[in-house]
Amino acid sequence: MELLKQSFELLEKRELAPKVNLYKVRAPQVARARKAGQFVIIRVCEGSERIPLTIADADPVAGTVTLVVQEVGSTTARMAQVKVGERFADLLGPLGAPTHVAKIGTVVCVGGGIGIAPVHPIAQALKAAGNRVIGVLAARNTGLLFFRDEMRKACDEVRVWTDDGSEGKKGLATDAIKEIQAEVGQIAEVVAIGPVPMMKFVSKLTKELGIKTQVSLNPVMVDGTGMCGGCRVSVDGKSKFVCVDGPEFDGHQVDFDELSRRQAIYKEDERRAMERLVKEVR
Amino acid sequence: MAPTIAPVPKDLKKRFQTPRQEMPAQDPIARGKNFQEVTLGLEAEAAKLEAYRCIYCKEPECVQGCPVGIDIPGFLHEVEKGNFAEALGILKSTNLLPAICGRVCPQEEQCESLCKTGKSKGNRPVAIGRVERFLADWERAGGIAKPVEVAPPTGKKVAVVGSGPAGLACAADLAKLGHKVIVFEAFHKPGGVLVYGIPEFRLPKAIVAKEIANLEKMGVDIVCDFAVGLTATIEDLQKAFDAIFVATGAGLPYFMDLPGENLGGIYSANEYLTRVNLMGAFDPEHNDTPVVRGKNVVVVGGGNVAMDAARTALRLGAEKVRLVYRRSHDEMPAREEEIEHAEEEGIDFTLLTTPVRYLGDDKGRVVAVECRKMELGEPGPDGRRKPVEVAGSEHQFPADVVVVSIGNGPNPLVPRTTPGLETKKGKIVARDGSGRTSMKGVFAGGDIVLGAATVILAMGAGRQAAASIHEYLQTGTW
Repeated sequence: MELLKQSFELLEKRELAPKVNLYKVRAPQVARARKAGQFVIIRVCEGSERIPLTIADADPVAGTVTLVVQEVGSTTARMAQVKVGERFADLLGPLGAPTHVAKIGTVVCVGGGIGIAPVHPIAQALKAAGNRVIGVLAARNTGLLFFRDEMRKACDEVRVWTDDGSEGKKGLATDAIKEIQAEVGQIAEVVAIGPVPMMKFVSKLTKELGIKTQVSLNPVMVDGTGMCGGCRVSVDGKSKFVCVDGPEFDGHQVDFDELSRRQAIYKEDERRAMERLVKEVR
Repeated sequence: MAPTIAPVPKDLKKRFQTPRQEMPAQDPIARGKNFQEVTLGLEAEAAKLEAYRCIYCKEPECVQGCPVGIDIPGFLHEVEKGNFAEALGILKSTNLLPAICGRVCPQEEQCESLCKTGKSKGNRPVAIGRVERFLADWERAGGIAKPVEVAPPTGKKVAVVGSGPAGLACAADLAKLGHKVIVFEAFHKPGGVLVYGIPEFRLPKAIVAKEIANLEKMGVDIVCDFAVGLTATIEDLQKAFDAIFVATGAGLPYFMDLPGENLGGIYSANEYLTRVNLMGAFDPEHNDTPVVRGKNVVVVGGGNVAMDAARTALRLGAEKVRLVYRRSHDEMPAREEEIEHAEEEGIDFTLLTTPVRYLGDDKGRVVAVECRKMELGEPGPDGRRKPVEVAGSEHQFPADVVVVSIGNGPNPLVPRTTPGLETKKGKIVARDGSGRTSMKGVFAGGDIVLGAATVILAMGAGRQAAASIHEYLQTGTW
């Protein structure tokens, strides 16, 4: 057991798509302990926020975790400024309950846009448990897709869908599920991770089709250990804390509209934080 | 340590006639707009005068009222003589965190409630907490005190899980006894509720940092960003440590399950205070973490945390802060001093009232709280009269921020990830007085065992656990 003060050095950084970066960070304890479906909370530097990020991959031998992050606000923009060799102030994890992994048959793992990263370790784990895993990569256009090779390795089969048809088939994640169901018949489970509207519509469809569906939620969070209740979400009419009760929930029971509204609470503040960042960078 | 018994002085009458020294404080209107400490502390002469009010009881009951058994007459007598270093030595032999205790202990219910000076007609108890705080502040300001003596290394290693009051008190005692202590903290800064919960204006964070630095000087290592239960389990820790003390606290906020409770702008007190205190949301020039700054803030609850939240909202610029509590003033669990401070600052106490639902706008943000009036009925099992809703008394208050401050349950991380650990209603079961749990070598104490309590009770539990951990390390018997 390693007990020394930790330092979270950035070892590798790569652009996967415009404004989407891969970060490989030294965090041996997290790398060793993490299971599929878990996440970390990162604090980039003094004064920056604590934000939850799903673990896209980990190497327990090298002691690294891989995060894939889209620049959407000031904290992720700050993250993008960190250079290889520099350190993140804090990285806490692995947090959340791991994915329930069992052998159940054919599983469809849908990654929508940035959701491709968190669905990757779940696909790996489900395949390792003996399931037939069909991966679906879905995005607005080909430029926003990534992890094609990683997902091919993790899944038995991968299908690509884009909104504009610039790669793979033209259509949405829901179209992909309809197509797969028509071909294979019985889908045992769908795992869908991506933007809230995508998860909402996938869940709506699979409910009609009677397919069990897991989604992974990424709400505003502070501590990540059940202490603040900021990440609460309504599931089957009851309040749940995503950080300790999730992050995965039954997609048929999640109140996605409430989740969307809660995610938008700090829009104004976000602008202010961005202004501060711009001022600092200048 | 046995309390000091000194000969009764001849000037008893003069001692009785000395008035209790008032605590200087910032002006109520001015302080409602800043985060600086409200109370300013006694000057040296005032501290000496206050200590002089001690009447040398034969059996000092104040000591019995202190959960950690500080030799109160002992340090008061030294302060009276102006021997501050000696006084601090006596204080610190039982309490290594005096700057914190001097500020946040409910002294009026503990040591001071039993003070004989206060029992005499027309007199008030010796302000023990204020003198304690004075000594700690005197040391911090450069006064010279003896360094804490640490026993030679025993070669034993103890993991302390959680760096709040219970964990820090336990770590301090164990380090003093020569054991190697490593404290694990999930947040990026140690201190637990002292840094995320108690506001800057009541307990400046620089003071907490200084007390923790003193522990580090004694050889205690603190590892932040480490969630025991997840980063490593208790079982993992057992392989590397001779004993473990679990002090993960009460950190699972309760909500009331009311319609609309998940609207934007509705916070648990934990979240609200963490954003402001730990993440610095009060200072947006230097910190990115936001907090909704309301014009009309409603705080639900009547404890110390509710007072902290209400006074914080005021300092964040609220025009109206309304504290909604379902019982009357007499049943409020908050310290009288905190209630007084809140009242002075202009917090509106809306008593015998409870929220029943929240109303929002089309963006999902809270705009109003619907409440119902309450009446006090028969006393419940806790002796407090039970509030009963008055039918048809619905009324609404405008609110763009609501802070729910009705208490906390035990933090679930360690109980959920430690299969061998006996728990009851989420709390860890630990034997009275020793903190021994159902797992060999694993001790627990503080709010994770007691449920949400006070800083000093948690510290008392930490010290008790340290004593029984020491015994276990020496004898190996469980």
